[in-house]
Amino acid sequence: MATEHAEQTAQWTKKDLLGLRHLTPEEITLVLHTAASFRDISLRPIKKVPALRGKTIVNLFFEPSTRTRTSFELAAKRLSADIVNIAAAGSSLSKGETVLDTVRNLEAMKVDVLVVRHAAAGVPHLIAQHAASSVINAGDGAHEHPTQALLDLFTMHEKKGRVTGLQVSIIGDIAHSRVARSNIWGLTKLGARVTLCGPPTLIPPHVEQLGQGGVRVTHQLEEAIRGADVLMLLRIQHERQEAQLVPSLREFRLHYGITRERLASAKPDVLIMHPGPVNRGVELDSDVADGPYSVILDQVTNGLAVRMAVLYLVSGASRGDHEAAD
Amino acid sequence: MKLLIKGGHVVDPANRRDGRTDILIDRGKIVDVHASILADGAKTIDASGKLVTPGFVDLHTHLREPGREDKETIETGARAALRGGFTTVCAMPNTTPAIDQRGTVDLVHREAERLGLVTVKVVGAITRGRAGNELTDFAELFDAGCVALSDDGSAVANGFLMRRALEYAKLFGRPLIQHAEEPTLFANGVMNEGLVSTTLGLRGIPGESESVMVARDIALAELTGGWVHVAHLSSAKSVEMIRQAKRRDVRVTAEVTPHHLALTEEAIGEFDTRAKVNPPLRAEEDRQALIEGLRDGTIDCIATDHAPHTDWEKEADFDSAPFGISGLETALGVCAHTLIAPKLLTWPQLIERLAVNPARIAGIEAGTLNIGAWADVAIIDPNATWTVEPKHFSSKGRHTPFAGRQLPAAVVTALHHGAEAGR
Repeated sequence: MATEHAEQTAQWTKKDLLGLRHLTPEEITLVLHTAASFRDISLRPIKKVPALRGKTIVNLFFEPSTRTRTSFELAAKRLSADIVNIAAAGSSLSKGETVLDTVRNLEAMKVDVLVVRHAAAGVPHLIAQHAASSVINAGDGAHEHPTQALLDLFTMHEKKGRVTGLQVSIIGDIAHSRVARSNIWGLTKLGARVTLCGPPTLIPPHVEQLGQGGVRVTHQLEEAIRGADVLMLLRIQHERQEAQLVPSLREFRLHYGITRERLASAKPDVLIMHPGPVNRGVELDSDVADGPYSVILDQVTNGLAVRMAVLYLVSGASRGDHEAAD
Repeated sequence: MKLLIKGGHVVDPANRRDGRTDILIDRGKIVDVHASILADGAKTIDASGKLVTPGFVDLHTHLREPGREDKETIETGARAALRGGFTTVCAMPNTTPAIDQRGTVDLVHREAERLGLVTVKVVGAITRGRAGNELTDFAELFDAGCVALSDDGSAVANGFLMRRALEYAKLFGRPLIQHAEEPTLFANGVMNEGLVSTTLGLRGIPGESESVMVARDIALAELTGGWVHVAHLSSAKSVEMIRQAKRRDVRVTAEVTPHHLALTEEAIGEFDTRAKVNPPLRAEEDRQALIEGLRDGTIDCIATDHAPHTDWEKEADFDSAPFGISGLETALGVCAHTLIAPKLLTWPQLIERLAVNPARIAGIEAGTLNIGAWADVAIIDPNATWTVEPKHFSSKGRHTPFAGRQLPAAVVTALHHGAEAGR
C-alpha cells in the first residue's frame, strides 16, 4: 500500500485499540499497511498463518452482532489464535454481575485479547483500565467503531489510491453513529474532507468541531452529493422514528435516501459505502446498493484483513515484540 | 467542662465579626465572645493562625439511611460532615423507603440524636413515595421536624400538583426544594449536551431541561406566593431567570454545589464516572454564571449534594453508573480553591454562603456564633494545602472528581454542641 504517512517508522506501542480519536496518522497508516500484508492470506487455498498461535482471544459481545463478531472470529482463526465467543445479551448488570466481574473472570482464565462490543459508550475503556489483556473496541454505543472506520479507510485507499484530499460525505443518523465518529477522526487525520448530512434531529451539537480541521455540516443532500468522492450511508433505525427524530422512514427516504436519480449529480467515479446492514429502500435503494458504484461487499472483505492486522498489532504490543506476519 | 478557643481569627458574618477573638464554651453553648478571654480551668484550643467560623450547614445531603446502608449510614455521613466542617446536615428523602411520613422522619432523628455527632435535619418528600402523584401529609411532616420538602432525585413534573403543593406549603412558611429537571427534556441523558457528549457518544442533557423547569416554578411561585428553593443550579439561563424573579420579589431561593462551581463537562475526560452528577457539569460559561450568581446573591448558598455510592456501582460504564459524588469532605477545599484563592469571595462572604444563608433557608438556629447558641464551630487552617485522598474519607462514598487534587484550606476540627471531633 502506498504511504501517505511515514508508516515505515511507526511502531504499534498501544496495549489496546479503543478508538481512532487517540491514534496518530502514522498509527492509522501502520494498521492499514499491516492489513494490506494480511489481505492475500484470505485468497490462498490454505487461509491460515501461525502469527498468533497460542494466543487466546475472546469475542465479548454484550450487544448482538453477526458480521463484526464473525469478522473478528475469522480474522483470529486465520492467524491461528484460539477464539471464544461470549454473547452476553443485554446488560450483565441485570443478572447481578458487573461488566468488570465478567472481565475479571475471563482474565482469571488467562486470555490475551478481549474484543468488546457494548451498547454503552465507554465500556471498552472501562475494561481496558482494569484488564491486563489487550482490549479491542468492536463498537461501543454511539462512541466509536474503530475497526469499521479502518476498513472504510482501507477500502477508500484501495479504490482511490489515496485518502488525503478525498471528499467524503457521511449521510444519515450521525448523532447515534459510532461509525460516523470513528470515520470523522480517521478521515480528517489522514487529510480527507468530511461533510455530514442529515436532518437537524440526527446531527449532534458542535459536531463541526470534531476531527482535525473540523467537518462541514449540511442538511441538503444535494450539497453532500455534489463533488463527493465517497458517499457513506448510515443505517436509519426504526427507533429513531419512534423517538420522533424523523417523522417517518418514508419521509427520510424522500429527503435523504440515495436513489439512482439522485446519483446523476454525483461524480462519475463516486463510491457508495455502507457499514451494513443496509436498510434497503430507506437510506439506500436496492439498485444503488447493488449497483456499479457500490463497494459494500469490498468493505466486508477488507474488514477481515483490517481485523487481522489489529489483532496482530495489539497482540504484538502485549508481548513486546513485532514479528513478521508470515 | 468549659472550652476556650483562643487566638483564632473569628469569621462570623451574622454578627459582623472578622478578626482575632476568643470564644468561651460551657456545656455545649457559647457563653462569651471577646477579644481576650481568660478562663481558669477551661480546656483551651489554640486557634492562632486559624479561622474560627460557625459550623457549616448543608441543605442537601444524601445519607442513604434507611435502605441503602451499603452506600452510607447516618453515622458515616455524620462523620464525613464533621470532617468537612459541617455541623448541621439536611437529609434528603430519596431513601428506601422514601422519607414521606412521620415514622421515617422520627427514625432518622432518633439515630442522629443517638450518635450525637452532628445535627441532622430532615427534608421530607413532597409526594408519597416520591412518585409524583399524591401530596404527602405536609402538616405531619413539618410537625415531625422537617425543615423543607422535596422529591429530590427527581422533579415534581406535574405542574398542577406543584401548584397545589406550593399553595398548601404556605400554611407552614417552609420551602419546597425542587430538583429542577423537565423529565422529557432530560430524556435519559447522562451528561451535559455539548461537544463532549458528542465526542464521547453519550446522551446529552440540555441546560434547558433545568431552565424550563426553573421558569415553570418561578411562574408557579409567582402565582401562588409559595416558596420554591431550587436545588443544585447548573445552567447560566437558570441563574438569570432567578435573578430576574428575585427583582420581582418572587419567593425563590437557590443553591449551587462546589463541584458545579469548580468543574465543567471536561472533567468527564474519558468516561470518568466520578464526574457523573445530576444535574450534569456544564460548560465554562455556565460555571462562570454560577460563580457570578453566588457573588451577587442570586444564588443564596452552597450545598454539597453529597451523594455517596458504592464502588461496584460507580465502577461501571458511564450509562449505568449512578449520578452523584461524595461532597462533604471536599466542599471547603473546593470552595477555597475556586472562590477564595482567585479572590472572587472573601472568607466572610464564603462563610455566609456555607453557614448563615443555608441556616436561614432551613429556618434553624445555626450558622452563627451568637452568645447562647449551640457551639457549632469549624476551625480552619486557611494556609494549609492538602491532597484529596478518598480512601481516607469518613464517608462510604469514595468517588470524587477531585481525587488526587491539591486543595487549600483544611478543616482542622469541628465542634458540634461544643464537642470536638478530631480530623
